[in-house]
Amino acid sequence: MASNQKPALSRAQLIGLALVLVGACVLPFVVSNYRVFQFTLTLVYAIALLGLNMLTGYNGQISLGHGAFYAIGAYAAAILMDKFGVPYWLTIPIAGAVCLVVGFLFGLPALRLEGVYLALATFALAVAMPQILKYKGFEHWTGGAQGIVIVKPEPPEWSSLTQDQWLYFVVLVCLVALFVIGWNLLRGRMGRAMVAIRDQPIAAQAMGVNTAMVKSLTFGVSAMYTGIAGALGAIVIQFVAPDSFTVFLSITLVVGVVIGGLASIPGAIYGALFIQFVPNVADQISKAAPWAIWGISLILFMYVMPTGVAGFIRIVAGRLQRWRAR
Amino acid sequence: MKFSPNRRVLAGAVAVALALVAAPSMAQKKYGPGVTDTEIKLGQTMPYSGPASAYGTIGKLHVAYFKMINEAGGINGRKINLISLDDGYSPPKTVEQVRKLVEQDEVLALFQTLGTPGNSAIHKYVNAKKVPHLLLATGATKWADPKNFPWTLGFNLSYQAEGAIYAKYLLKEKPNAKVAILYQNDDYGKDVLKGVKDGLGAAGAKMIVAEATYEVTDPTVDSQILTLQGSGADTFINITTPKFGAQAVRKAFDSGWKPLHIINNVSASVGSVLTPAGLDKSVGLLTLQYYKDPNDPQWKDDPAMLEWRAFMGRYYREGDPKDASNLYAYLTAQTMVHILKQCGNDLTRENVMKQAANIKNLKLPLLLTGMSLNTTPTDFFLVKQGQLAKFTGTQWQGFGAVIGSAE
Repeated sequence: MASNQKPALSRAQLIGLALVLVGACVLPFVVSNYRVFQFTLTLVYAIALLGLNMLTGYNGQISLGHGAFYAIGAYAAAILMDKFGVPYWLTIPIAGAVCLVVGFLFGLPALRLEGVYLALATFALAVAMPQILKYKGFEHWTGGAQGIVIVKPEPPEWSSLTQDQWLYFVVLVCLVALFVIGWNLLRGRMGRAMVAIRDQPIAAQAMGVNTAMVKSLTFGVSAMYTGIAGALGAIVIQFVAPDSFTVFLSITLVVGVVIGGLASIPGAIYGALFIQFVPNVADQISKAAPWAIWGISLILFMYVMPTGVAGFIRIVAGRLQRWRAR
Repeated sequence: MKFSPNRRVLAGAVAVALALVAAPSMAQKKYGPGVTDTEIKLGQTMPYSGPASAYGTIGKLHVAYFKMINEAGGINGRKINLISLDDGYSPPKTVEQVRKLVEQDEVLALFQTLGTPGNSAIHKYVNAKKVPHLLLATGATKWADPKNFPWTLGFNLSYQAEGAIYAKYLLKEKPNAKVAILYQNDDYGKDVLKGVKDGLGAAGAKMIVAEATYEVTDPTVDSQILTLQGSGADTFINITTPKFGAQAVRKAFDSGWKPLHIINNVSASVGSVLTPAGLDKSVGLLTLQYYKDPNDPQWKDDPAMLEWRAFMGRYYREGDPKDASNLYAYLTAQTMVHILKQCGNDLTRENVMKQAANIKNLKLPLLLTGMSLNTTPTDFFLVKQGQLAKFTGTQWQGFGAVIGSAE
């Protein structure tokens, strides 16, 4: 069965991808444990950003509340490990499942809301989350304002890795798996339906796309990705507390998605690098106004790369190709 | 250009190094990470950005203070290099920055890391790594637990001790009080509350008639005050941070409630709380103090205060001399210098911790008269005393004796 379809990835892209993967595997052996920890966090954010990008970039629904799903995932993992002695690796899919359900259910009523109205509804969720986590009725589980301290997972003996290296690979494996799943999803029928709803909701409906279902599902899957990231983040940081999941986390995720590039899978990684490392640089430049520096860098990025880092790279690559073809 | 000056310096350094190796008995020096003959590296996280950024001034003052110490020759010839990093009051960021300080910068000790949530997040880590985690800028009671966390030692009078002292005062002076309590819904608020309740003991169930909470993110506490007022309470214990403290003082006055109003030390600053609330509305407030208030005229010509003002004028011009945080930061920096001096030339992490747990009767001049700092290997509560003070409309007037929480 010869297919006329264009291959999913060109040869150059495949080679590039393989190189990046090899680089990612070598990385933890050439940098210090502290750097490994930072890169692990970057990968965690990348997973969360991919989740949010599905919703915002591909489906056109704006969420200012994904920090809440991140928190739910983190707390699910922390409570399971702390109160029930569940092994850490098992908490990751459970946290994902919990967020899938919560996200789907939240997506149902949110369907009636479009654009900025949805943004506000999700924003409310983000604002409420720290207080919900402190609620007396849940305190027995959540530890209230004190939060929960988690034991850092030990690497298996055969691996001869440090704790940080081991966690890095755990997160990397999750990331690769989730990116492959996400890539398949977005490239297929579901992805086309999502984009169609974003661009022409009425036309999409006329063509037989179940708009309500696709939107709710997208919300659920997006929340699942973010929840898995939350669980991984909790395991890496070894601590969850309501103060870790303020509104600012949700805003940071949106910033990451936009900086990285809307509707772009690699964009999630660029965005994650930005939200992980730029605040540290800002702190080094000025102790008096680190947020001002952060804000300025944000504006600069948006001026120079209005379509995000991913869009910028696409444009540069396109120019190079045309220049070579000449 | 065969002998550049650099080379000569290098040659000299090598010679010195060789001499040191050859004669180890000559210098009884023992160094942990972050220490050389010329430098002691300390690290801290501070909320320079984020919701608690008003406290960032503490870290800036520390840097300025150590600059002064260094200009005067440092500690036994070693200059203090404080690496102060922003954590935005976000626990995951605190973990990241502290790991940088410990693993990459290799500091000797952590000094005055600020905030309960952030310190909770690094508590286990620093104790596993055996890094001295000293003089934390938070009053949570859990920092004095030498059995389980022998590397962590806080600075502040613990929140529970403060609450207990208020309770003791009420039991003695106003045993029939009907008490209403407003507290911040986090571990700081609950810690003070626990102190009050433990201090009141069995009488508490009868005395406390209403409790209300607020979140740090709330815009105001007006409705909480009205609820508390409605309970018929005649005594109000106000466990709030500065912004809410000011709101509560104003509302409790404007609404015509006017109870016996106890405001916790966190919000006792005349400059940042009582002035915005209205000084006339603050008359009669009670609080607990353990260091001198920079806005209190009775200390105007106090030598310790003059020294502090001179420092502020010379090394930390941009800092606000009305802000009590700047005085607090000065005290903590002095305590750190005291610990490092006490270490002598044995600057290992073990010895730093040992000396921090052996502070004997340290009377810093900015503490209230009659107070001293003490620790022992089994007692990590550095500040254990305080004095009640009443607001006169212009200043806090201390009254009664210095009270210990344990007495």
